Amino acid sequence: MTQLFKQSAAGLRMLLLLTVITGVLYPLAVWTVSRLPGLEANAEGSVVTVNGTAVGSELIGRDPVASDPANDPWFHNRPSAGSTDALGPGDPKTSGGSNKATGNADLVAKVQERVDLIAKREGVDPAKVPADAVTASASGLDPDISPAYAELQVPRVARVRGLTEDRVRALVAEHTSGRGLGFVGEPTVNVLGLNLAVKAQG
Amino acid sequence: MPGLLQLGLLLVALAVVYKPLGDHMAKVYSSEKHWRVEKAVYRVTRVDPGSQQHWKTYASAVLGFSAVSVILLFLLQRLQSLLPLDFGRGPVPVGVAFNTAISFVTNTNWQSYVPESTMGHTVQMVGLTVQNFLSAAVGMAVAVALVRGFTRSGTDRIGNFWVDLVRGTIRVLLPMAFISAIVLVALGVTMSLKSGVDVVNPDGSSSTIALAPTASQEAIKELGTNGGGVFNANSAHPFENPNGWTNLVEIFLIMVIPVSLTRTFGVLAGNRRHGYVLLSVMGAIWGAMLAVIWWAEAHPNGPAALLAGAAMEGKEQRFGIAGSALFANATTGTSTGAVNAMHDSFTGLGGGGTILNMLFGELTPGGVGTGLYSILIMAVIAMFLAGLMVGRTPEYLGKKLGRREVTCAAIAMLAMPTVVLLGAGAALVLPATTGVLNNPGEHGLSEVLYAYASAGNNNGSAFAGITVTSDWFQTTLGLCMLFGRFIPILAVLCLAGSLAAQKTVPRTAGTLPTTGPLFATMLGGTVVLVAALTFIPALALGPIAEALA
Repeated sequence: MTQLFKQSAAGLRMLLLLTVITGVLYPLAVWTVSRLPGLEANAEGSVVTVNGTAVGSELIGRDPVASDPANDPWFHNRPSAGSTDALGPGDPKTSGGSNKATGNADLVAKVQERVDLIAKREGVDPAKVPADAVTASASGLDPDISPAYAELQVPRVARVRGLTEDRVRALVAEHTSGRGLGFVGEPTVNVLGLNLAVKAQG
Repeated sequence: MPGLLQLGLLLVALAVVYKPLGDHMAKVYSSEKHWRVEKAVYRVTRVDPGSQQHWKTYASAVLGFSAVSVILLFLLQRLQSLLPLDFGRGPVPVGVAFNTAISFVTNTNWQSYVPESTMGHTVQMVGLTVQNFLSAAVGMAVAVALVRGFTRSGTDRIGNFWVDLVRGTIRVLLPMAFISAIVLVALGVTMSLKSGVDVVNPDGSSSTIALAPTASQEAIKELGTNGGGVFNANSAHPFENPNGWTNLVEIFLIMVIPVSLTRTFGVLAGNRRHGYVLLSVMGAIWGAMLAVIWWAEAHPNGPAALLAGAAMEGKEQRFGIAGSALFANATTGTSTGAVNAMHDSFTGLGGGGTILNMLFGELTPGGVGTGLYSILIMAVIAMFLAGLMVGRTPEYLGKKLGRREVTCAAIAMLAMPTVVLLGAGAALVLPATTGVLNNPGEHGLSEVLYAYASAGNNNGSAFAGITVTSDWFQTTLGLCMLFGRFIPILAVLCLAGSLAAQKTVPRTAGTLPTTGPLFATMLGGTVVLVAALTFIPALALGPIAEALA
C-alpha cells in the first residue's frame, strides 16, 4: 500500500510534466506549423469566400434550401440525420449519423420518402435515384455526392438556371474528383463548389 | 478492384516501415542510454531511471499513474468553466466526466458526449490529447515488461515503468504524431483554436461551422489506437478525415505500431521468427474479418439498403463501401474505436464482424502494446493446451509454463469475457435498456452487446444509436473499461515477474517449435475457439439472427 502511495506521488509529478509536453507544447507546435502559408487555410477549415464573404467550407456539406421549391436552382447534398425532415440541411455546429439499422422500419420508410421526393423533384423514375441520394451520411455534413446523383440533377438545374445541360454538365465535370491515383477513395462531386460555379453563370 | 489496390497500398506501406519501426522500438526499450531531455524529466519528477522494479512495484506504478490520471482528467472536465477556450460549454456533467476520465485513461475513448457542445479546446488538448499519448505508452510499457519476463533469466526485476513510459512517449509516439499531424493538415485536416466560423450560405441563410484543434489529436488518436474524436462524427467528420488519402493515412496510423511491435518482440526475443508467427496469426484473422465485413457491406440484405440500392446509410461518399469496411476492420481489429462510418447502420453480418473483432480480445493486431501482450497470453494458453495433449510441461521461449504462469494467463484471458457478458446480461435483464435503444429487435440487442464488448475491450467505438447517458450505463460501462484494462494488466505483470524469475531451460528434441506453421495454427485456433465458445450464444441472438433475417 505504501508502495502504491509512493508510486502515485511519482505518477502525479510525471503526469503534470508529461501534460506540459504532450498537452501544451505538442498541440501548440502543430498549431504553429499549421500557420505556414499553404497550411493555414486548411487548418482554419478550408473556408470558401466570394467577394470577401465566407460562404461555407469546401469540406462541409450543408444542403441549400430553394426559396421556390417548384423552381429549385440548387444541386442538393446527401440527406443529413441532423435534419428533422427527410431531406433538408443539417447543422454544421454538430455532426453525426442516424444510427438506424438497415432492418429498421423507420429507416425503410424514410428512404422510401426520400426516393419519392427526389424522383418527383427531378421528374425521373424512382428506380433512377442513386443510393447516396437517399441515405443519410455518417457525419451529416457530407460535402460530396456521387457523379450519378449530380447527373440526375443536371436537367433540372439547367432548366431553372436557363443554362444548357451541356454547360452544366461541364461544370459538374470541373467539380468532380476521381479516385486518388485511380484507386484511393471514391469519385466525388463537391456540391458547394458546383453550386457556386452554377450560380456565377446565371 | 480499386478497393483491393487501396488495401494493397496500405499493406505495402506497413511492410516498408515494419522493420525500421520494429527495430527502433526494440532499441528504445532495451537501450542503456537516456536522452538529455529524458534525464531532465527524471530529475524534475525525482524518479531514479537506473532502478529496476519488481513486478509489484511496476504494477503499483501503472496503477498509481492511471489513478492520478483519472482524477486529474475528471477535475479538468468539472472545472472547465475556469479554463480558457471553453466557449461557455460549462462544467462537464458528473456522469459524463467520470465515464470520460476512465475511458481516456484506459485507452478506450468511448464517447458519451457531443464534443462540439461539451468539451472546450483546453480540455481536449490538456486533458484528452494527453491521455491519448499516455494510455498508449502504458500499453506498450506493459507489453515490453512481459517480453522482458520471457527474455530475462533468474531475476525478480522486469524493468522501470517510468523509463518505459517516458521513452514510449518521447521516442516513439511524439515524433510520429507530430509528423503525422502536419501531414494531415497538409491533406486538409483542421487545426484551429477557434470555436467555429460563421458563414453566409449560397442560399442566403447563415450557419456556424464548428472548428477544433483537430490534427494534433487526430494523429495520436489513431497512432495510439485511442479513437476519441474532437467531433461527434469522429473520423467520419470531413474536418477529421477530409478525403480518400487522409482515410488511408489514418488507417495506416491505426495499424502501424501494433503490427510493428511483433517485430520488436522478435528482435527482443532473439529470433525474429517468433514475431513473424504472431504477425501471421494476427494477419490471417484480420484478413478474414476484412473479407467478411467488406463482402457484407457490398452485398447488403436489409430492406433499407436494398431499397436505397447500397448500404450507404451512415457512410460518407468519399470513402464508399471499400474505404468504410477497411477502416471498420482496422479500428475494431485494433482497440482504436475511431469510426469513419456509423457501425450501427452496417449490415447484420458486417456489424457482427466488427463486434467479433473486439470479442477476439483485441489482438488482431490489437491496441498498441495491449495487442502484443494479449496474443502472448493466448500463446501461453495454446502451449498449455498443447502440453495437456502430449502430457509434457509446456514451455514458451524457454520458460516453463507451470501452475502460476497458466493461472495468470487464464485470469488475463477471462477478465474481458466476464465483464462483457455480465455487463451486457445485466443491462438486458434490468430495466436499464428501456427506451435507450435506437433500433428494435435483434439489432437492439446488438447495440447493448456492442457497448459492453467495446468497453470491456477498451475499444471505444459504438453502435452509437444507443443512449448511454443514464447513470446505469455511465457507471457500468466505466467499470467494464477499468476491469477490462487493469485485471489483464495486473495478471500480465504477475506473469512477467514469474517468468523472469525462472532460469531459461535449454531446447531439447522434445521442445515444441514455436516459430513454424504448426504453432501458428494452434495459436490461431485457440484465439478463434475461445472467442467462439464464449460468445456464439450472444452473437446468435444479435448479429447472426439479423444477418439471417
